[in-house]
Amino acid sequence: MRDVAVVAFAQSRHVRREQARNEVEMLMPVLHQVKADLGIDQSAIDFTCSGSTDYLAGSAFSFVMTLDGVGASPPISESHVEMDGAWALYEAWVKIQTGAADTALVYAYGKSSPGALRDVLSRQLDPYYLGPLWPDSLALAALQARACLDAGLTTVEEMAAIAARSRQAAAANAFAQLQGSDDPAVLLKEPELAAPLRLHDCPPITDGAAAVVLAAGDRARELSDSPAWIRGIDHRIEAHALGVRALTSSASTALAGERAGVGDGRVDVAELHAPFTHQEVLVRRALGLGDDVEVNPSGGPLAANPLMAAGLIRIGEAATRVSGGEARRAVAHATSGPCLQQNLVCVLEGED
Amino acid sequence: MSGVVLPEALRDVEPVRSIRTPARLEYRFTAGEASSRFLRGVARRKIYGERCGRCHKVILPPRGSCPTCGVPTSEQVELPDHGIVTTFCVVNVKFSGSAMELPYVCATVLPDGGDMGLFGMIQEIPFDEVRMGMRVEAVWVPDDELTHDLASIKWWRPTGEPDADYASYREHV
Amino acid sequence: MGKELVAVVGIGQTHHQATRGDVSIAGLVREAALEALADAGMTWADIDAVVIGKAPDFFEGLMMPELYLADALGAVGKPMLRVHTAGSVGGSTALVAASLVQAGIHRRVLTVAFEKQSESEAMWALTLPIPFSPPLVAGAGGYFAPHIRAYMRRSGAPDHIGVLVALKDRQNALKNPKAHLHEEGITFESVKDSMMLWDPLRYSETCPSSDGACAMVLTDEAGGDAATDPAWMLGGAMRSEPTMAPGRDQVNPMAGRECAADVYTQAGITDPRRDIDVAEVYVPFSWYEPMWLENLGFAPEGKGWTLVEDGATQMDGDIPWNPSGGVLSSNPIGASGMIRFAEAALQVRGRAGEHQIEGARVALGHAYGGGSQFFAMWAVGAAKPTS
Repeated sequence: MRDVAVVAFAQSRHVRREQARNEVEMLMPVLHQVKADLGIDQSAIDFTCSGSTDYLAGSAFSFVMTLDGVGASPPISESHVEMDGAWALYEAWVKIQTGAADTALVYAYGKSSPGALRDVLSRQLDPYYLGPLWPDSLALAALQARACLDAGLTTVEEMAAIAARSRQAAAANAFAQLQGSDDPAVLLKEPELAAPLRLHDCPPITDGAAAVVLAAGDRARELSDSPAWIRGIDHRIEAHALGVRALTSSASTALAGERAGVGDGRVDVAELHAPFTHQEVLVRRALGLGDDVEVNPSGGPLAANPLMAAGLIRIGEAATRVSGGEARRAVAHATSGPCLQQNLVCVLEGED
Repeated sequence: MSGVVLPEALRDVEPVRSIRTPARLEYRFTAGEASSRFLRGVARRKIYGERCGRCHKVILPPRGSCPTCGVPTSEQVELPDHGIVTTFCVVNVKFSGSAMELPYVCATVLPDGGDMGLFGMIQEIPFDEVRMGMRVEAVWVPDDELTHDLASIKWWRPTGEPDADYASYREHV
Repeated sequence: MGKELVAVVGIGQTHHQATRGDVSIAGLVREAALEALADAGMTWADIDAVVIGKAPDFFEGLMMPELYLADALGAVGKPMLRVHTAGSVGGSTALVAASLVQAGIHRRVLTVAFEKQSESEAMWALTLPIPFSPPLVAGAGGYFAPHIRAYMRRSGAPDHIGVLVALKDRQNALKNPKAHLHEEGITFESVKDSMMLWDPLRYSETCPSSDGACAMVLTDEAGGDAATDPAWMLGGAMRSEPTMAPGRDQVNPMAGRECAADVYTQAGITDPRRDIDVAEVYVPFSWYEPMWLENLGFAPEGKGWTLVEDGATQMDGDIPWNPSGGVLSSNPIGASGMIRFAEAALQVRGRAGEHQIEGARVALGHAYGGGSQFFAMWAVGAAKPTS
């Protein structure tokens, strides 16, 4: 396997609603930022891959317009997944492994504000048995949270603590949408939104974009003084129907974590794409992360959840901690589908 | 259903073959800053492209970036509402909701001095007389119907001037 | 950096039809996948990863369908990716799957592409209204017809070339039991007399709207050596360019030319017309055959139509194009690109049945999408590459 590193990362200032800018305008400064940070232009990028979904944009082929912000002339080697950008990063990592590229630009974006997100996400469900019931994403997460509480895996107090910790940490993150939080005791006085979930247990609705540049071996060292090396990356999917899998554990996260080699060393920092508080508990357990691991110093998805980019951002944030020397070894996690159906895990390390 | 053995109680029950599940999702669409500038111009019968600072071409309709260079564009360049037909097709199939009489002509119109064309309808000429290089001008809706929507241009009609020489627009064909 | 070799050891396709009312979406993809697995002599358990591709989700009204399909495709506990590159997606999906093998990450990958357009409304999904812009045309043909007219002007091609292509592809389809359209008794006149939709494109020169799926099992070198009649990947590439840009050539897109050049270099092809025995090329509207003949280097610029007129691309010509009947005979949009790739592989494996081109050893599979801006191509051969 070739050594591949994250050498640049940028994200937009995440907001509830990008009123004036469309998706491309929101994304463009982020694309320019990563190239400017490296002092390169598109000609230095061997492969480009993005993640987004038509259902957020409300139009078919919505990813096509973003090429205008990339500068795809002369023609570029480029691909797209209708998934979170973390999977676009995986595809780019694979491309570099084949030797067909030494550098890759990965980007992802999503405006959740145009549609009613909870309803839009119900279109992701089995169209014969689940979709017609229109269960929204909040209700499904609440179902899982209830199962976790009943199994004694967590408590509403612990969930509130996770919410408070995350948003308080986000106060130091200039890009986060929600910065700061009341203490758990105050949070718990709020009414339930979808029992047992309260507002604080849920991610915000966010418009945002992010980009990462990957580079291999010596090219990475040329581009960055402190590349964040991807030591392992893997992803797995579980069965779709909620009744067919255990909602009180995340088997695919555990498997992906094992294959990515999470347990091969000490983990200093973990950026986990757990949009709901109870899910952080599940993902931590699945990855075997102890209390000594700092989770979501960025604030995580509870502070900003730009759908389709949130997973890629976890990788970017983890890489930033590694490049900045705050962490020697970090884990990033991304999720897709209802109740943690599909999960990706990435292990990053600094230069020796 | 091959390979599936139904329980006795269901043997005479007609299988469900399909279900119809109407879905309705509403989206609030943001045109974006570049499109908004363009559409506000259209509401005043003005066509503005945006010039790229790197390749100096004028992007139309503007989208806030140069597709060739990938850089943001903001320099507004006013283009005339007349130009030439670089290519076209005769449409003979309606789409749902359309009130247009068949056949009608859709064309790419390159405004004079521009680098990119606008897609629009050609009217006020028999469909089989439309040709490449034909000089056309925009026919706008009346003042009280002007709005920030490309529908403010009803269609394009021939000006009657001699056709443009093929050599002069061949790079746009 | 040595890339691992890739072999195609299993191929499956559904019977493409306007409406496959007899299967659910899961049933449709399983039909193709099971055929590919059986062809490969494998079961679900032998597959390491699944890569699925399809065009816009509005075609089925189902967002991110890989989530729902994980169970049906034996992907539980495995990595699953969903590619979406507009019309070229069937091809790019195969290339992403191939990358997993080339990189040595997985040994056996199942790749599937599908569209069940009858579930939603294809015409609507293709021309979803863009706010602030009046809809002018229905369907993709309205976008492509002006560029066809431009080609005719540039090349001086006579009017009937498109009819010849449509006739050829639909006649070829009669020899392909999987094809959607089986127009017995189709003639030059019946094509020419069919209704003009977007001049110069007639109804019979336009692709149908189909439900269908295609699947392939890709393996590494060891898997290819162990298989019967594998097709070996000789090269593959993807290129993209913006939809509209100043000076962009929509008739002979640079992205298509460069993508082909990359594949030819990898595969050691220097003269496509001579070195390639058969090509499965994404031709959804008749005139794209002469245009792509030029774009892919089979004919000099402006001369693609002469190959059509001379019959060079007929099944008995020197460079048969689309013996399967092509996109003009079956078009489940998300699958069409993979069907081209799979048909190319079928040819060099000698498994194309009645539409087999005798002695086919090297074949090209091609897919394109968007506003002629996304290209994915591969070349496959009967002989294992030596380098």
